[in-house]
Amino acid sequence: MFRLVALLSGFIFGVGMMVSGMVNPAKVIGFLDVFGQWDPSLAFVMGGALLIFVPGYFLAIRQQQKPILADQFCLPKTRKIDKKLIGGALLFGTGWGLAGLCPGPAITAIGSGALPISLFVISMLVGIRLVAYLQRPRAPSPLNA
Amino acid sequence: MTFPIPWDALFGGMLVGAACLALLALNGRIAGISGIVSGALSSNVHEAQWRGLFLLGMVSAGILMPFIGFELPNDTNLAPTLTPMIAVLAGLLVGIGTQLGNGCTSGHGICGMGRLSKRSIVATLTFMSAAFVTVFVRLHL
Repeated sequence: MFRLVALLSGFIFGVGMMVSGMVNPAKVIGFLDVFGQWDPSLAFVMGGALLIFVPGYFLAIRQQQKPILADQFCLPKTRKIDKKLIGGALLFGTGWGLAGLCPGPAITAIGSGALPISLFVISMLVGIRLVAYLQRPRAPSPLNA
Repeated sequence: MTFPIPWDALFGGMLVGAACLALLALNGRIAGISGIVSGALSSNVHEAQWRGLFLLGMVSAGILMPFIGFELPNDTNLAPTLTPMIAVLAGLLVGIGTQLGNGCTSGHGICGMGRLSKRSIVATLTFMSAAFVTVFVRLHL
């Protein structure tokens, strides 16, 4: 069941990416172009997601002792707002703005076989692995703090 | 206000929210795509497996939805803005940035902000601002 839920929720997530238009980089850039011909419609994607997630989380999940199919909730433990978080978000936002692609839409669109999408996903994996490699557990270093 | 509500964006967003909620309520996991991609390469088989299946579900949606009229981007309509060089540079920035900042639009923007995590609210405001500035610089300067 656990694996089926992972597969199905991934599928529904992908359907949402398609229906909402997030897979279309031109539309995403139109949303990010606040000072041009601004297309505000993509704000409704995050709005719609929160409209479902927030009440579900606060009314149901927070009352649960544990998830239905697992032993515990795996939630991020870090609460620190540090340079790593801000720097990472700045780099991510710059890449998102450049391509009009973030990880969700890029993965959903990989089956298109479009060259820029494949290149984006491959270099995203390279970037992830690079940082993961530099952050691998070893003697204490500022990166692991 | 005569702004028409973009129902497709709203409904698509609700589906994304439902997927995030289901994964958390049932499996106890955060549907942050950058984290799922990163963890899919994990050496822990159980962790890699559910993430691989989640990603398989996402890719299947992308492959199946065009049969009922939803379009995927293609080389022709991507060409004007997304050149191969920009795709590589942007992909690197997104990979490095999400790994350092522990999340992207879904993880911080939906699951994190949705739990009112201060860290995620700060991250989301930061990457949104960076994206607005990047698009402004590219299109208007």
